[in-house]
Amino acid sequence: MMKTMTKKQKDLFFRIIAAAVLMAVLSILPLRQYPLLRFVLFLVPYFTVGNDILRKAVKGIKNRQVFDENFLMAAATVGAMALGEYTEGVAVMLFYQIGELFQSYAVGKSRRNISDLMDIRPDYANLETEEGVEEADPDDIEVGSIIQIRPGERVPIDGVIVEGTSSLDTAALTGESLPRDVAAGETILSGSINLSGLLRVKTTKEFEESTASRILDLVENAGTRKARSEQFISKFARWYTPAVCYSALALAILGPVVSMLLLKQPGGRELWSDWIYRALTFLVISCPCAIVVSIPLTFFGGIGGAGSKGILIKGANFMETLANVRTIVFDKTGTLTKGNFAVTKICPAMEGGSTAAALQAGDGEAADRLLEYAALAESYSSHPISRSLKEAYENRAAALDKGLTGKAPENKGAGLTAACGKAPENKEAALTAAPEKNLEKGGFGPAADCGKSASRVGDTEEISGKGVITEVDGLRIGAGNLKLMQELGVLITEENDHSDVETGTLVHVCAGSEYLGHIVIADEIKPHAAEAVRELREAGVSKTVMLTGDAEAIACRVAEKLGIDEYHAGLLPADKVTRLEKLLSETSGRASSKGGKAGTLAFVGDGINDAPVLSRADIGIAMGALGSDAAIEAADVVLMDDDPLKISSAIRLARKCIRIVNENIWFAIGVKFACLLLGALGIANMWLAIFADVGVMVLCVLNAIRALV
Amino acid sequence: MKKTYKIDVDCANCANKMEEAAKKTPGVKDAVVNFMALKMKVEFEDGADVDSVMQKVIENCKIVEDDCQIFL
Repeated sequence: MMKTMTKKQKDLFFRIIAAAVLMAVLSILPLRQYPLLRFVLFLVPYFTVGNDILRKAVKGIKNRQVFDENFLMAAATVGAMALGEYTEGVAVMLFYQIGELFQSYAVGKSRRNISDLMDIRPDYANLETEEGVEEADPDDIEVGSIIQIRPGERVPIDGVIVEGTSSLDTAALTGESLPRDVAAGETILSGSINLSGLLRVKTTKEFEESTASRILDLVENAGTRKARSEQFISKFARWYTPAVCYSALALAILGPVVSMLLLKQPGGRELWSDWIYRALTFLVISCPCAIVVSIPLTFFGGIGGAGSKGILIKGANFMETLANVRTIVFDKTGTLTKGNFAVTKICPAMEGGSTAAALQAGDGEAADRLLEYAALAESYSSHPISRSLKEAYENRAAALDKGLTGKAPENKGAGLTAACGKAPENKEAALTAAPEKNLEKGGFGPAADCGKSASRVGDTEEISGKGVITEVDGLRIGAGNLKLMQELGVLITEENDHSDVETGTLVHVCAGSEYLGHIVIADEIKPHAAEAVRELREAGVSKTVMLTGDAEAIACRVAEKLGIDEYHAGLLPADKVTRLEKLLSETSGRASSKGGKAGTLAFVGDGINDAPVLSRADIGIAMGALGSDAAIEAADVVLMDDDPLKISSAIRLARKCIRIVNENIWFAIGVKFACLLLGALGIANMWLAIFADVGVMVLCVLNAIRALV
Repeated sequence: MKKTYKIDVDCANCANKMEEAAKKTPGVKDAVVNFMALKMKVEFEDGADVDSVMQKVIENCKIVEDDCQIFL
């Protein structure tokens, strides 16, 4: 403990020890018969422990700062000494200083804890120069420089890997404990730790603009935006101290006067000193420091602790709003869903209504054949939909090679073929954009990744807005939307027509005029999305709403799957703002009609296209926003990875923090007022007052520190 | 214009007092003291001379809390 104290703290610590020992010795010594000697001797521990307070008090008087706590402490103790209560005078000073020491130690400790937790600031970067590699200050590295990151080192600046593969520990940034594998061409963020291989990285940002610096900056400055409770306390402190002082004065004068006049008590020294003593007790309790320190300490711990878990809260005020969230509005794509396309379902054509058989067949050859044809037919295209087809085909082929028949690796369980099971979805635009083939590419040989199948693919024909017709294995394969099927005269029987139940983009495939089936390509729901919505409900969120630009059917399916109360589909970005405003007024309207306290409304988005909505909501939460400056700018809370479970953790953290703040406020104020009352009645003496004062502070500080973990 | 300064102060209430004192200084539009981060953020009024205003801010802070420092 001594090691972590500053010089100032150590100094105070020894003074406290010395004064305590001296005081103990003096109170045992039989000095009663030598009053003057006793007084002089007691002055020694008094000045030992309290000289700085007394000095500051004198300065305070010079500066007309009468309600300065140093002045108050000095007045109380000098008063006690004057009344002949030497032990109490020294003890009050002693305990006051113990409290100060404890507080300053705790504050320092928690500052260090936070900086340890947020220890993502790199000290150096290995800059490649013409003479070789040299260690440089990250601040001096220009954008576009090549730096090396050795295993075990921290990535100093955001950049793109030029050479090397490795895995990165991003725990300090995202709270995610699994290392992330990276290879050349990928962007890496400063603050993560290189675990295995040597990386050569071309920097894309300056140090100050890099992720690590920005995060530290956000966390450090979060305390600058003060919470309402903090403002309340500083106002309270401003009002409390003078009020107590004037009451003390009133007590000292009016107490004896009233006693003499009304209670007909005999006046005299005894009576006056009794009331003055009570007034001095008031002064001891008048210092507001206990409450004042515990509030920012709690927020600091809470914000720092959240930061280390990948949740950046940009101010103490947002902590309050977040704790109060009753309605959560989600943007769909990128928040609840991954925002990328993947084959979610392969439905080979069914013959004559044997549905069960057809579903099973989905696991087998028919599905493989369908996917194969579709992928080959689309092999010239680089459209996202074509890419996802090819990807699914390659994965499936790889899985088949390994003998894992029919189970694509990343779709295990639910599987590509859990026909019609997964709730898919897509961007509305995709449906029309899908068949837009890359004409330039078409006609010159297939895309490289399908190269091995090149010999099987013949001429390709684009039909704009509909799809492609490609010769595969001599068959004329058509892949595209319903219009293409109609144009080719392919009949889709009723049992194969899923267009009213499907929620993704349907790619129909035919060979000649024979309908082979369709493949559903959809944006995938994030694995934790449903759990996250449940968790939010448990955390006290009463209403969940989803906004999306997608079609009604897709929105409906996703909302149903995730258990979301309300959804609004087909919204343009501007509509989202209007919709949110409506929700905001509904929320406040409901609260006022019930006469209850209005819960706040949070909007969760991925920061792409929804910055106006993020800033319009009571609190804007951007997720997966690491590296996206616009989102970090617009949001009040930034979740560094894209796991929706973080939303409920953030709310829980905020609730805990606010609970601690409230506990501290009411506990501290309660005890102070109780002491004032007891002091005025003459029940509480100075000992009790100082114990209560320091005790409350210690308890509040200890309670505040809980916010950190 | 806004500027952030490192400060040193021992108690939270003193930090609040410094904030008040800085706010009342002519030329200062707004000031916030972050006790935990030991930082003072000052927003200056348009056309204010930052150096001389900050000298005044330090003076005023020293009056309310003698044991404080602002690092310019």
